Amino acid sequence: MEEKKNKYKIETRNISVYYDHKKVLTNVSIQIEPNSVTAFIGPSGCGKSTFLRLFNRMNDYIEGFRKEGDVFIDNKNIYNKRTNVEELRKAVGMVFQKPNPFPKSIYENVAYGLRIQGINKKNTLDEVVEKSLKKAVLWDEVKDDLKNPALALSGGQQQRLCIARALAVEPSVILMDEPASALDPISTSKIEDLIHELKKKYTILIVTHNMHQAGRVSENTGFFYLGELVEFGNTKQIFTNPANEKTENYITGRFG
Amino acid sequence: MNNSLKNKITDQVFKYFAILSTMFGLVVLAIFLADILNQGLSRIDWSFITSLPSRFPEKSGILTALTGTVWIFVLTALISIPIGVAAGIYLEEYGKKTRLANILEINIANLAGVPSIIYGILGLEIFVRTMGLGGSLLAGSFTLSLLILPIIIVATRESIRAVPKTIKEASFALGATKWQTIWSQILPASAGNIITGIILALSRAIGETAPLIVIGALAYVPFVATSPMDEFSVLPMQIFNWISRPQKGFIINAASAIIVLLVFVFIMNGIAVYFRYRTQKKMKW
Repeated sequence: MEEKKNKYKIETRNISVYYDHKKVLTNVSIQIEPNSVTAFIGPSGCGKSTFLRLFNRMNDYIEGFRKEGDVFIDNKNIYNKRTNVEELRKAVGMVFQKPNPFPKSIYENVAYGLRIQGINKKNTLDEVVEKSLKKAVLWDEVKDDLKNPALALSGGQQQRLCIARALAVEPSVILMDEPASALDPISTSKIEDLIHELKKKYTILIVTHNMHQAGRVSENTGFFYLGELVEFGNTKQIFTNPANEKTENYITGRFG
Repeated sequence: MNNSLKNKITDQVFKYFAILSTMFGLVVLAIFLADILNQGLSRIDWSFITSLPSRFPEKSGILTALTGTVWIFVLTALISIPIGVAAGIYLEEYGKKTRLANILEINIANLAGVPSIIYGILGLEIFVRTMGLGGSLLAGSFTLSLLILPIIIVATRESIRAVPKTIKEASFALGATKWQTIWSQILPASAGNIITGIILALSRAIGETAPLIVIGALAYVPFVATSPMDEFSVLPMQIFNWISRPQKGFIINAASAIIVLLVFVFIMNGIAVYFRYRTQKKMKW
């Protein structure tokens, strides 16, 4: 089948997801432009994390996972049989809800993504580690302690390290699954500033429980409820003048 | 009597019961050690370790039994560690969680409880007769490997399962393959526990007598084994043989050989503890 070329970075067409017989996402179609921040909000269990994990195929490991419909990144169907999942994940980085650095040094955490590609040259690694840590605004805090264990850092620093680790393999898309939900307000605001900065070069998809955060960092917002994408559009509009009653109820805090 | 007083008494009773239980184990061990050391220590000298067995107790040594034990230890480790760890990795990381896998899992756990003499009979049939290895070191090592494989497999699986799933996810999300994730994240993080399981398993293997009697290990071997195909004896066999002799001198020899076996096990465990410490130090938890 001929794949239609278009300007969108990411596109889903009628995607539905099942875990065994349980349907967790229903007919979600969405189009995302490059170099933008898109937030997904909704109550727990609405399918927003499942949706996010479609884009780097992390759902593949869940037993009973099955999907209908297509997901395109750069006009390529990423669930094609020919798709190299490892290559896909280099292009689509991910930051998780809880900071999950490897039990290694700060340096080795950032270098890991390159080492698994067979890049072990010290100069190259040094350069990438420094560049990535600078991009994640962590360099100044850790530049003298690169050999120290990553787990000795504070939670907020660990999360920025995880972002640096993801940036090191030079993705074009970054998925963030509630990246600040385990952090204090100051660390959270640092992460949000960072998202603003990263948007210039990357396409960012962020799942969040925190509606203020969605309002602060994103251009577009999608509201999920019971596995359906109820509303998707400009963040300002969704927050000030939602088209759907459910969206309005959720945003005004009447449920969720 | 009010309730809180009753609770307090129960609490105290249990505390003293627990202390007594601990003491019981330690006292028995201490008596055993004191008895063995008392009987055997005076007999241990260089010639005891470097002499071949003889029908005179005071000329007898443990050279063949000790070298046999070292051979068995090394060969069994070489056979059982790669197979056991690989099987554990497969079952935990690759195998689908089907009903067959469940049955397999229960069976492996049960195999760890099968009496060791049964493994001896299996080894006799498969390695000694069918494969024609005879009563050799190799046949003995294969038999003991069968015996300890379930322990290593179960230990490997449990250690791997204890590694946080988030580490695995982080590795996959960076584009690592399954093997890369296992090799550079999961195994280093679980190595300490896996090594502990291996130590326990190997310690058990070199203390075994029954399966080796069945496959035809000898109590009297008048030469030192130089290849895996040689006939052999091991320390537990030698001890068993000496203890069943009527002469007092052989009973003393047995006590001395027990001391040597204990020291051997302690040294091996010490080395393993050192390796475990080193791998854990490299992990920056």
